[in-house]
Amino acid sequence: MPDTLTPGGTASATPSAAPTRTRASRLRDFWSDFGRSPVALVSLAVIAVLAFVSFGAPWVTPQDPYDMANLDWMDAFLRPGTVGSGGYTHWLGTDNAGRDMLSAIFYGLRTSFVIGLSAGALALMVGITVGLTAAYFGGRTEALLMRIVDLQLSMPAILLALVLVAMLGQGVAQIILALVVAQYAYFARTTHGTATVERGKDYIEAARSTPLPTWRVLLRHLLPNVLPPLIVVATVQVAAAIALEATLSFLGVGLPLTEPSLGSLISNGFKYIHTDRTWLSIYPGLFLMVTVVAINLVGDRVRHVLDPRNQR
Amino acid sequence: MLGYLIRRLAQAAVVVLAMSVIVFVGVYAIGNPIDVLIDPGATQEIREKLIAQYGLDQPLWRQYFTFIANVAQGDMGTSMVYNIPVVDLVFSRLPATLELVFVSVCIATLIGIPAGLYAGYRPNGVAAKLIMALSVLGFSVPTFWIGMLLIMAFAVNLGILPSGGRGDVGSFLGINTSLATLDGWSHVILPAINLSLFKMGLLIRLTRAGMVEAMRTDYVRFARAQGLTEREIVFSHVLRNISIPIVTVFGLELGSTLAFAVVTESVFTWPGVGKLIIDSILQLDRPVMVTYLVLVVILFVLINLTVDLIYARLDPRVRLKGGS
Amino acid sequence: MNAALDVRGLTTRFDTRGGMVTAVNDVSFAVEPGRIMGLVGESGSGKSVTGFSILGLIDAPGEISAGQVLVDGTDLRTLAPDALRRMRGRRVAMVFQDPMMTLNPVLRVGDQMAMAVRVHDNVSKRAAWDRARAALDTVGIPAAAERLRAYPHQLSGGMRQRVAIATALLHRPSVIIADEPTTALDVSIQGQILAEVRRLADETGTAIVWVTHDLAVVSSLADDICVMYAGRIVESGTAEQVIGAPRHPYTRGLIDSVPSLHPPGQPLPQIPGSTPQLVNLPSGCPFRPRCPRATEICATDPPLSGTDHPALCHHPLTEAPA
Repeated sequence: MPDTLTPGGTASATPSAAPTRTRASRLRDFWSDFGRSPVALVSLAVIAVLAFVSFGAPWVTPQDPYDMANLDWMDAFLRPGTVGSGGYTHWLGTDNAGRDMLSAIFYGLRTSFVIGLSAGALALMVGITVGLTAAYFGGRTEALLMRIVDLQLSMPAILLALVLVAMLGQGVAQIILALVVAQYAYFARTTHGTATVERGKDYIEAARSTPLPTWRVLLRHLLPNVLPPLIVVATVQVAAAIALEATLSFLGVGLPLTEPSLGSLISNGFKYIHTDRTWLSIYPGLFLMVTVVAINLVGDRVRHVLDPRNQR
Repeated sequence: MLGYLIRRLAQAAVVVLAMSVIVFVGVYAIGNPIDVLIDPGATQEIREKLIAQYGLDQPLWRQYFTFIANVAQGDMGTSMVYNIPVVDLVFSRLPATLELVFVSVCIATLIGIPAGLYAGYRPNGVAAKLIMALSVLGFSVPTFWIGMLLIMAFAVNLGILPSGGRGDVGSFLGINTSLATLDGWSHVILPAINLSLFKMGLLIRLTRAGMVEAMRTDYVRFARAQGLTEREIVFSHVLRNISIPIVTVFGLELGSTLAFAVVTESVFTWPGVGKLIIDSILQLDRPVMVTYLVLVVILFVLINLTVDLIYARLDPRVRLKGGS
Repeated sequence: MNAALDVRGLTTRFDTRGGMVTAVNDVSFAVEPGRIMGLVGESGSGKSVTGFSILGLIDAPGEISAGQVLVDGTDLRTLAPDALRRMRGRRVAMVFQDPMMTLNPVLRVGDQMAMAVRVHDNVSKRAAWDRARAALDTVGIPAAAERLRAYPHQLSGGMRQRVAIATALLHRPSVIIADEPTTALDVSIQGQILAEVRRLADETGTAIVWVTHDLAVVSSLADDICVMYAGRIVESGTAEQVIGAPRHPYTRGLIDSVPSLHPPGQPLPQIPGSTPQLVNLPSGCPFRPRCPRATEICATDPPLSGTDHPALCHHPLTEAPA
């Protein structure tokens, strides 16, 4: 509309005020807006395919690469495309233990998704709880909680995760816990920021003056307004969690070698970069990169669509 | 101004002290370093002697106070692995890390900010789309993997740059740095690029967003209506405005660059504090971990303070609390 | 007398998702030196876009597709981009609606004004500050030297708008486009600024286009009035003609709905409906759906009747004066 171009933008009066939009129509608008970006659609498709092959890894891969009984030393260092002793093609070659790289990557990717999603979901819940509590109660509770959050935010997540993993030891649960502690602060800050804006509005006052219990006001009234920006933060944090797990495992402080992980696979391949066995490190890295980039691109699009300034 | 500074420094001291307790307790929770340190076959006598030597038989609070008392005298303890004073150890490694961080921050800034400005000035152009795509890669692709690819490409395949380590140290203006020698530069350039990519991606996005926003403002339109050249509008009006958020994030990211040096230093076997902390975590070298973390906290606090001061200089609307 | 600003057939279009929108449709008017022309219309009528089109400040997806903009006889539309830029601020200047937003918050007022001076005149920084101070004196800002050293947030809204007007005056332009410059201000401040602007037009001979939705303001300030509706000028004439004897039903409706122009004690009439969306305008007269005088013929494009006080209407309220 041309009037949005006038400075100061006196809101143009449209003849028919937009009808109250239902949740379903909002969702439909969201998808139609989202789908206008081919990049975002492709990214979403890529994530879907990767999630399918990784969670279906036991069924789609020719071997369980983390079952030692399946591995044959004779198959070590087969080049990509070679047929091994199992009679099937190792499309991405095998590693020093004769492990089929493609299978190992799918298993590793599954770990990535499990860790990324659970760390993201838990951090989201913790973050919402902390942020809403601070925003709703205000005063000293708010000051204390947000002080801690700010302090944590000023520390890089990698450092925090590194120290926590060192304290907690290696393992999937430990990594998830470390990531949650390192990442919840982002959600808490976003929740708190949006919630304090909403808090000042009349409808919250109105809800508070009813005999509704506190938690109901929080969940039914504050939460829905806080969710959109949190969705964006969540995509970014899931991607970051996946990358962080891989990094920690690469550094040797993440998952033990017995657990499938893209980071450990790359770390293993890193030993051979001075040889021509580059498939050992390149392919797991490619899958890791594609996963993280795809999630970030989807997040980018969601941010764009949810940004009120881009809504027409 | 002075009152503000004193208050901020006092706050900073409290934060550092609080963090030192957390770090100390946290590190204490990590397994018993004695098990890692000594030969499993060592006699109980040697074992107890070592425990006593490191004060590990004392209660936690006592160990902490001994630690603080020593710190007050400039003694952060002795590395259990290297068996030299931690302060000496850390400070011998610090210059290498600072070099690396410095070069990578320069690369990130010199490329990231102009690229972001351009992408924000012509947000719908092909070049802008390309810059944005690269920036997504920059902060999405894990640092360690990029580092590995860089080594493969430039050290293994092309063979034009070394694959790791720090180069010859020369002297420049009385400072001993590897940046004073050509060999030093050939060693630092790959890890510095590696470390800069994440920050560059972030700076590009931040600068672009600020630029797009600023170009929509009325004061830019007003400046155009006055006949100012696009150059003047961008460099005199817009840059000043968007420099405020950029400086803030830049400062915060300076700290995270220090932290991410841990990864890059491991990949490129760069002998800095990042490599040291990974080694000390793997070997449970407590004094080194504590010292490193406290050092990082101090650096962070100082960086934040500097950012706030610069912020107040850049934005006339900000008045520092605590009197002028 | 030659017009300071002569706009002929100006047309500006926007390529929106909903289709091509003609925000400014074949607009023509002229303003003579020292005169104030009120460009009146509702939000979305295209009056602000007209102002920006005159300066050539239309960004994509907008495009000025036709017309001439003559400032002192020079057609701005035929100028190369850099020549056009040199005209802006020097021959034709602009003042915006919201004084809170038009000044850069992080630069001193004096620096911003000095920049505006030096872009057209090769003078020292010091001389530029002196010019800026003189300009602030002109618009009645006390302690001008002090104000120059202030940042915008240290000044009140009225003060900032005076600074903006002073900035527009720096090069003694022939034309100033004022886009609702008093809308965001208190009524008392508004009055002061109007008086100041009237005085400046008289003293400097600058032609002023006063873009506004406020007919009351324009009736007391302007010499001439153009009424815009849905991108077209539907009526134009002197202020006395348009306010005293409106010919277009829309103008009539506007006048009737202004309290101060209306006899007290009677209910205030309103124009039914609201500004049409420009994406799918009805054929013929765009005011037709809201017009009490509309007939079938209004579905065809209305003719322009009269030369001295023209109106774009099939059924004008009074016939064109002979």
